[in-house]
Amino acid sequence: MSLLRYHKKIETNASILFGLGLVVVSIGGIVEIAPLFYLDNTIEKVEGMRPYSPLELAGRNVYIREGCYLCHSQMIRPLRDEVERYGHYSLAVESIYDHPFQWGSKRTGPDLARVGARYSDEWHVDHLTDPRSVVPESIMPKYRFLKEAVLKPEDIQAVVIANSRVGVPYTDEMIEKAADDFKAQVDPDGDWEDMVARYPKAQVRNFDGQDDLTEMDALIAYLQMLGTLVDFSTFTPDPSR
Amino acid sequence: MEILKLIVLAFITIFAAMAANFGQDAAYTLHALIIMAVTFFLFIRELRQFGDAKPVAETGYRDDVIRAGVIATSFWGVVGMLVGVYIAFQLAFPALNLDYSFTTFGRLRPLHTSAVIFAFGGNALIATSFYIVQRTSAARLWGGNLCWFVFWGYQLFIVMAATGYLLGSTQSKEYAEPEWYSDIWLTIVWLSYLAVFLGTIVKRKEPHIYVANWFFLSFIVTIAMLHVMNNLSLPVSIFGSKSVQLFSGVQDALLQWWYGHNAVGFFLTSGFLGMMYYFVPKQANRPVFSYKLSIIHFWSLTFLYIWAGPHHLLYTALPDWAQTLGMAFSIMLWMPSWGGMINGLMTLNGAWDKLRTDPILKMMVLSLAFYGMSTFEGPVMAIKVVNSLSHYTDWTIGHVHSGALGWNGMITFSALYYLTPRLWGRKELFSLRMVNWHFWLATIGIILYVSSMWVTGIMEGLMWREVDAQGFLVNSFADTVSAKFPMYVVRGLGGLMYLSGAIIMCVNLWLTATGAGIRKPSAAHAVPAE
Repeated sequence: MSLLRYHKKIETNASILFGLGLVVVSIGGIVEIAPLFYLDNTIEKVEGMRPYSPLELAGRNVYIREGCYLCHSQMIRPLRDEVERYGHYSLAVESIYDHPFQWGSKRTGPDLARVGARYSDEWHVDHLTDPRSVVPESIMPKYRFLKEAVLKPEDIQAVVIANSRVGVPYTDEMIEKAADDFKAQVDPDGDWEDMVARYPKAQVRNFDGQDDLTEMDALIAYLQMLGTLVDFSTFTPDPSR
Repeated sequence: MEILKLIVLAFITIFAAMAANFGQDAAYTLHALIIMAVTFFLFIRELRQFGDAKPVAETGYRDDVIRAGVIATSFWGVVGMLVGVYIAFQLAFPALNLDYSFTTFGRLRPLHTSAVIFAFGGNALIATSFYIVQRTSAARLWGGNLCWFVFWGYQLFIVMAATGYLLGSTQSKEYAEPEWYSDIWLTIVWLSYLAVFLGTIVKRKEPHIYVANWFFLSFIVTIAMLHVMNNLSLPVSIFGSKSVQLFSGVQDALLQWWYGHNAVGFFLTSGFLGMMYYFVPKQANRPVFSYKLSIIHFWSLTFLYIWAGPHHLLYTALPDWAQTLGMAFSIMLWMPSWGGMINGLMTLNGAWDKLRTDPILKMMVLSLAFYGMSTFEGPVMAIKVVNSLSHYTDWTIGHVHSGALGWNGMITFSALYYLTPRLWGRKELFSLRMVNWHFWLATIGIILYVSSMWVTGIMEGLMWREVDAQGFLVNSFADTVSAKFPMYVVRGLGGLMYLSGAIIMCVNLWLTATGAGIRKPSAAHAVPAE
């Protein structure tokens, strides 16, 4: 192993050791990550994806804040039992507007990628308030405090703007009307047509059944839309991917 | 210079007060108040010392900051493990989530992981690397009081991260949860750490850089790179803790696991191998087994580890080519990992008899054994067909803990036992019997933990995919949750035993450091002639 004799140069010079170490450790990341930004087949082309409505976005922030991703994945793998249990396997495009992604790494509870429209709003309220009242085996914490946390519609605009700055295609109109759309989504008796035109398939209901617009409303609005956007009749798998 | 320092401190204090006033969420306001208090205290202290003559710079090794590091490591270790035991029992008895937002599993789990990895492990790495780089370079730490800035800056980061989690401030990237301003602060502290470490190497009196320092250097550099890249985010407001990540979906996922896996690879492996390469030969009083093996396994480990991230995303929406690369490199990684284990274990050649009398060496051997075991288990779990069963289950949790409790925990404990008598000028530890108790409590605790997680992990994986003769799923998800209950209790007990061992260690170290417990030689004992 005469090659190892040259190692003396490296281990007696701090700059060489530092520089070489940095080079060696950079290669893998560059080769694996950089192509994801330019290879065309990384993100599938399907119909139906749209940015989150302001209320859904607020609900997503609650989901992140409470660490739901620590026990619930949002990534259905193309395995027989998972497709059977949770629905069509997840596509990369379905998290294209997720800054950050919420795929998760652990299923202490079930996958939520397609939980939208599976349960009623009332079930969600009961479940979040006291999970064991509807699922006796559940070990989930109680989130009854969400019902008391009243949201201010004017707070959401800054979040929408921040998302648009990192590349989510919110239009100027969406940004301008953020607070209005936020309120419109929980008021089925009000003017919600414009909101739904901006955010197709958005569900308009008083999600938690209370008068106040709370974090419970926002979280359930988010849960109820998960996995409902993509029109799978427009999806053909890419064999080269 | 002193004037400049005063102005900067005053400026930060005022800005922090303003930020606290405008703060949009509880975590942000609390952090602004903490920063305000810290800088105000420093301002007053600086003002009182204004114009005082500077004490002449001392020579010799700089050990005061390492003593602080030993205390911080022990303290955060117990805190982190305590939270771990608590959340383990939350999974068995959900009533323990109480009815508060800040006591739910979702908020405590990042507190546990960050406390044990970054507070316990990080403080151990900073303290031991400062100790080792001075001894192996025959040089005093570079940068004067910069090492104290690193120490206290790091503690401030830990406090901000921990309080932030409880108040719901998280960017939801596992092991990188702290929000944008904490991340910026950690970057500053980490670059100062790099400066102190590299500065000390540069002014070394030994011609060669010792192998432990290669590992520490690659750990510090890589963590800096990973931390900056994975935390690229845009704050929603300068007066709020919330931020949105720069990248989304599949790219963000791979970036996260490139970071996440190499937090394991470089923080919990390279850094701790640096510890191993100093303390094992020292405690065994034998030279490192093979110089060539250390070169080969250092460079191959450094090169290969960074590729393994995609094995966290097998069968997901990540493109197949990236998954395959991740799996292939994960399997290759087995070899350099075992290179390190063999180099450590074989160092005991000619000193194996010491295992009978030296419980500290026994801990080191156990830690290397667990290192070998979990670095074998890891590549197995990275094989796609195994991963299809193991992913999303408790098996992963068991795997992580065999590495963290077995390898990282045990090597850190043995390093603390090695350092404490030397740093506080005591002849020996207060009690070797207590070390033995610690050893066995920890060992049995790990075995209970890991085997219960193997059982639940494989069981739930099999239950999820079980279909009957007609092809229907047999078990509902809730069935698998209730089936895990007994094993969750066993896991909690295992953790409790491990924690008790750590508490015994703290008592032992305390009595050693204060000297209170050192027994005076009684008249019955013959006093050896000096």
